[in-house]
Amino acid sequence: MNYRFVVQRLLFAGFVVLGVTFVVFMIIQLIPGDPARVSLGLQATEELVAQRRINMGLDRPVLEQYTTWVTNMAQGDMGRSMLTGQSVSAMVMQRLPTTLQLTGLSIIFGMLVAFPLGIISAMRPNSPIDVIASILSQLGIAVPDFWMAILLVLLFSSTLGVLPPSGYTPISEDFGDWLSHMILPALTAGLISASIQTRFIRSAMLEVLSQTYIRTARAKGLRESVVIRRHALRNALITIVTIIGLQVTALLSAVVVIEIVFNLPGLGRLVLDSVLDRDYTLLQGSVFVMALLVTIINLGVDMLYFFLDPRIEY
Amino acid sequence: MATMQISNNQMSNNMPPRRSLWQDVMQRFSKHRVGMLGAFIIGVLVITALVGPILAPYEPNKMNFSSAFLAPSLKHPLGTDDFGRDILSRIMHGAGVSVRVGVVAVSLAASVGTVLGMLAGYGRRIVDEAIMRSMDILLAFPTILLALAIMAILGKGVNNAMIAIGIVYIPIFARIARSAVLSVKQEEFIMASVALGAGDIHILWRHIFPNILAPIIVETSLSLSFAILAEAALSFFGLGTQPPDASWGRMLSEGRDFFNQSIWIGIFPGVAIMFSVMGFNFLGDGLRDSLDPGMK
Repeated sequence: MNYRFVVQRLLFAGFVVLGVTFVVFMIIQLIPGDPARVSLGLQATEELVAQRRINMGLDRPVLEQYTTWVTNMAQGDMGRSMLTGQSVSAMVMQRLPTTLQLTGLSIIFGMLVAFPLGIISAMRPNSPIDVIASILSQLGIAVPDFWMAILLVLLFSSTLGVLPPSGYTPISEDFGDWLSHMILPALTAGLISASIQTRFIRSAMLEVLSQTYIRTARAKGLRESVVIRRHALRNALITIVTIIGLQVTALLSAVVVIEIVFNLPGLGRLVLDSVLDRDYTLLQGSVFVMALLVTIINLGVDMLYFFLDPRIEY
Repeated sequence: MATMQISNNQMSNNMPPRRSLWQDVMQRFSKHRVGMLGAFIIGVLVITALVGPILAPYEPNKMNFSSAFLAPSLKHPLGTDDFGRDILSRIMHGAGVSVRVGVVAVSLAASVGTVLGMLAGYGRRIVDEAIMRSMDILLAFPTILLALAIMAILGKGVNNAMIAIGIVYIPIFARIARSAVLSVKQEEFIMASVALGAGDIHILWRHIFPNILAPIIVETSLSLSFAILAEAALSFFGLGTQPPDASWGRMLSEGRDFFNQSIWIGIFPGVAIMFSVMGFNFLGDGLRDSLDPGMK
């Protein structure tokens, strides 16, 4: 196995993370005005602002500020919230599980919808079910995520009364309550993700189904379900896994929006709150962790692809 | 010689009339039903954006509490909101915001991204690496998150939302332009230009740029739909269009608490966003199939 590729991808991921730290660090440098003044308010005295500037390290050269900031980040110290004075690392780590749970549940919901629809569409191209799947897919791509969230709340909470419209219970406290609060947000993100995945699964399956080994399998007299499961799906899976992996990045964008709509205490909500409150250190920490998550997922997808398909040489 | 001339004339009479590439594209596009549907939807959107403020039956921001929460009727075809404002008039004004944000943001992304992509694809390896690795870093951020971070620096408002959305989509255009340049620069006509002593800027502008336009045009159409969605999301969060101005995302955000009692407040702005996004997606699909029939 060619491990040169693995080393190359690890180095590239490291480079991207370093680049991300630079972009995130620049947020505080680029805001108009003095961040120390912004954090203390207009009424603060000059002495207080000067002291805050020293505490935040803003009196030192930019390069020194950056190296100190990166070193602290590497040690898990993301600074203190400009608004509450709490540790940003603690705030981010407190919110991270909700975002990860929502993302995981959304992927599961998305796959539960996309796999059957995509496979059936490919097995019966241009059939009524294929046309319906195509229309649903187009609708899913065009519907704004926050609007779909509102519509699902109107249907499942206000009209049917079967699910809570918003709120959150930690999974460690009550699993049932956690799940009931997570179903609607995960369904929203999952349906949007499924609308894109269905198209990819359909086209990947269509391509595999046209191969000669599928014709051979059918000629051998194998049942259609065996042909699909053992021969077609297994070969299409390599493409599908890659696409789903890449979709996770897009899904994280949707998750940010959905957390805000459903008032879930995740990283997305934290980002918006920090923007609205002009809490720049909190913004830096939460944005950095989200970008780190994307980089790790992309790296994982590349590695998975590499290990799934030994025929591919890099 | 005379015989030769006659046969040439006969040949030219028998040959189909010469058409330009763009005439071929238009002919293929006119037969693309989904693309034409997209063009129709976008046509309606653009006309609404242009003449909406003149044709709107009511002043979009005028409050009238005695008319609050009126259901759709002949007087108010799409009903009224919690402040008694006519929803149809506000949607017509909102079309202008969506089109303006889409056009400005995507123009920014397309122009900067295409130039960067062309430089990366045509320039030396160090230029390519510097530009594309920077783009990789920007792509590590979820799109809406990067837009939120940029809005934190620039501040609230629809103009800043346009810039934020534009910056977010620069890497996508840069990647597309770069890969198109890499394939075009291997063509013989480029080598011929180099052999004739043409300068780099001349080659990039006169020979490469016209030949990478197809994927850029397709991406422009698809990005317009994303820009409309992004603006709606930013306005929904209170960062884009500011009250009392009407935008579709803003309308959904303001009416959120009243959807239970007056569902029309939450339905029509969402439908407007959905159709606009579908229109640009269909148009993009049609353009992709027409510009390069082999690209399907």
